[in-house]
Amino acid sequence: MQQAKSGEGGVGFDQADGTTLFEKLWAQHVVTDFEDGAALIAIDRILLHERTGAVALRKLHAAQRPVAHPSRTFCTMDHIVETVPGRGDATRVPGGQTLIVETRRRAIDAGIRLFDINTPEQGIVHVISPELGIVLPGVTLVCPDSHTCTQGALGAFAWGIGSTEAEHALATGTLRVHKPKTMRVCFEGNLPDGVTAKDMSLSLISRLGSGGGSGYAVEFAGSTVRALDIEARLTLCNMAAEFAVVTALIAPDMKTFEYLSGRPYAPGGEAWKRALGNWRELVSGNAATFDCEIIIDSGDLAPMVTWGTSPQHAVRVDGQVPRHEAAQGKREAYDRALDYMDLKADTRMADLRIHGAFIGSCTNSRISDLRRAAGLLRGRRVAEGVRAICVPGSTQVRLQAEAEGLDRVFVEAGFQWRESGCSMCFYAGGESFGANERVVSSTNRNFESRQGPRTRTHIASPETVAASALAGHIADARAWAR
Amino acid sequence: MIKFDGTLTAIAAPLLRDNVDTDAIIPSREMVSADPEVLAGGLFSGWRYREAGGREPDPAFILNQPIYRNAKILLGGQNFGCGSSREHAAWALVGYGFRVVIASSFAPIFFNNCVRNGIVPVQLSGEAIAELASKLAADPPGARLTVDLEAQRIVAPDGTGLAFPIDGYARQMLLAGLDEIDLTLEGKARIEAFLERDRERRPWIYET
Ligand code: SF4
Repeated sequence: MQQAKSGEGGVGFDQADGTTLFEKLWAQHVVTDFEDGAALIAIDRILLHERTGAVALRKLHAAQRPVAHPSRTFCTMDHIVETVPGRGDATRVPGGQTLIVETRRRAIDAGIRLFDINTPEQGIVHVISPELGIVLPGVTLVCPDSHTCTQGALGAFAWGIGSTEAEHALATGTLRVHKPKTMRVCFEGNLPDGVTAKDMSLSLISRLGSGGGSGYAVEFAGSTVRALDIEARLTLCNMAAEFAVVTALIAPDMKTFEYLSGRPYAPGGEAWKRALGNWRELVSGNAATFDCEIIIDSGDLAPMVTWGTSPQHAVRVDGQVPRHEAAQGKREAYDRALDYMDLKADTRMADLRIHGAFIGSCTNSRISDLRRAAGLLRGRRVAEGVRAICVPGSTQVRLQAEAEGLDRVFVEAGFQWRESGCSMCFYAGGESFGANERVVSSTNRNFESRQGPRTRTHIASPETVAASALAGHIADARAWAR
Repeated sequence: MIKFDGTLTAIAAPLLRDNVDTDAIIPSREMVSADPEVLAGGLFSGWRYREAGGREPDPAFILNQPIYRNAKILLGGQNFGCGSSREHAAWALVGYGFRVVIASSFAPIFFNNCVRNGIVPVQLSGEAIAELASKLAADPPGARLTVDLEAQRIVAPDGTGLAFPIDGYARQMLLAGLDEIDLTLEGKARIEAFLERDRERRPWIYET
């Protein structure tokens, strides 16, 4: 990795365009500039979910304020709904059913679009929004959810907010935002076989630290990123939340336009043509300068897995638990992480026996993720003593996977096959892997107790999860590839 | 909006860990309400209690030590409040009685949630925080810090002062307890003018 001086990337012909993609999106949405570097930004799309969105709707209602733009506001049920087949409103999450029922009622009363449980549009908010064409290049999009930056992968300015900010966005169609600094992370070159977008991000976070993007709007660029399909780009931007960025984004290109074409909420006909004209300009100019620029040689990357309790605690899957000198962070945090994870320095990751394997979450639960995992699982069996679960990110993903017969591959390998939702990506008092259980998970957070009280989470790509489930210990998927 | 009354002199509890995440501040299983008083019981519950879901205090945790029981200021490390966007983290802190969090950096959503709920997020260097913590430790029991938001100054128990920066709008919001929605809606004409122009420019945004 090199730290380049800003501006070094600008060697093209259009020297006149010194504006970054982020600045273009910003400029298109400024309603009012304030003196202190903040601006009132117009919000094109608001997404809500039952966990944090319901609070915003409740407070808005109590203040007798209407939703300013209901037709551009969308709500899904993903966080606390059950994912076992045959589900209804009942959930093991304490108080969950009340929240689900309340969210439904408030969404209907507010006149916003609701993707209810067991409708074909339902799913994890950051999975369904691209899938339905709600997020588009150039839009501003907010959601009271920290992984909203996922959606920047389509060239949007998308970011997570709190419930009070959501209330403001709902009531006014705007938010006051402090203009972030800009960072560009260029991944250049071909990814080695078996290395995925998840590994790119874990590698980046392990180098920059989980506070490394603080204050920045981060644009991912470079030949590797351009070569990624849209779903992989979503994974990359999703994980940006784990290094404290304000937002993450990728310039839209032909792949983006092809992906969006014909999606239910994407423009059609004449509107599509007009939109394309605008979207094609959404790139960082050749003369654009960034406050910080990082270049990574993708050829050096390898499959990654986390060992500790922060996403920055990531190592190569064929590596070992680092000693403190080689790990990010302070000694005390390092020791606490080792203690929590029941690990010792120098232990080979591949020597760690696992009890659980989870494929799901807004990071890695899209159809391409499931296809790659199923490719490894086909005709094989999960190791004895491993509880393996696959939760598609959306109902559409589930139906597509079932149409391709992937559900049978998972089930025959010994995985549970579920309805879509956040499920065991996080523990809300309902279902969990048990205390001290070691779980390999395609999710995004390995915080203490994230997947259940004292559960030990190792984050990795879906293929690493699948290979580990088969092996019964953390495993390098490249050894299982056919 | 909850106001911050200009100046606060209170006990400061050191929790000098980096990356204290919002799952740690308020685990999801404790998010049973949006009421700060209720949420306060779940504040740091994974660290504060012996058992998950239990309420038996773990004496090793800083807030369970008697001298910190009435702490209203929390000293933290880097990237405080990272992770989930849940505003419940700020509500739980407020419900418990915290009005100031001092850290070397804050996760952006958590920062915004703080200023909207009467918690002053004070950013100081890691060294400055460590020094404050050692001054506080040198002077128990019940050593207090003074946080003066108007003057943007902290006064340590030994009388030394320390300036801190804070975004002007955040400061104003904390001091005046502004209703941000009302404030924005005062400029409604500008918003509507923007939308009118934008509809011409980007009609596809409005046809959902
Ligand atoms: S899948 Fe996990 S990280 Fe993603 S929105 Fe749901 S709970 Fe959050």
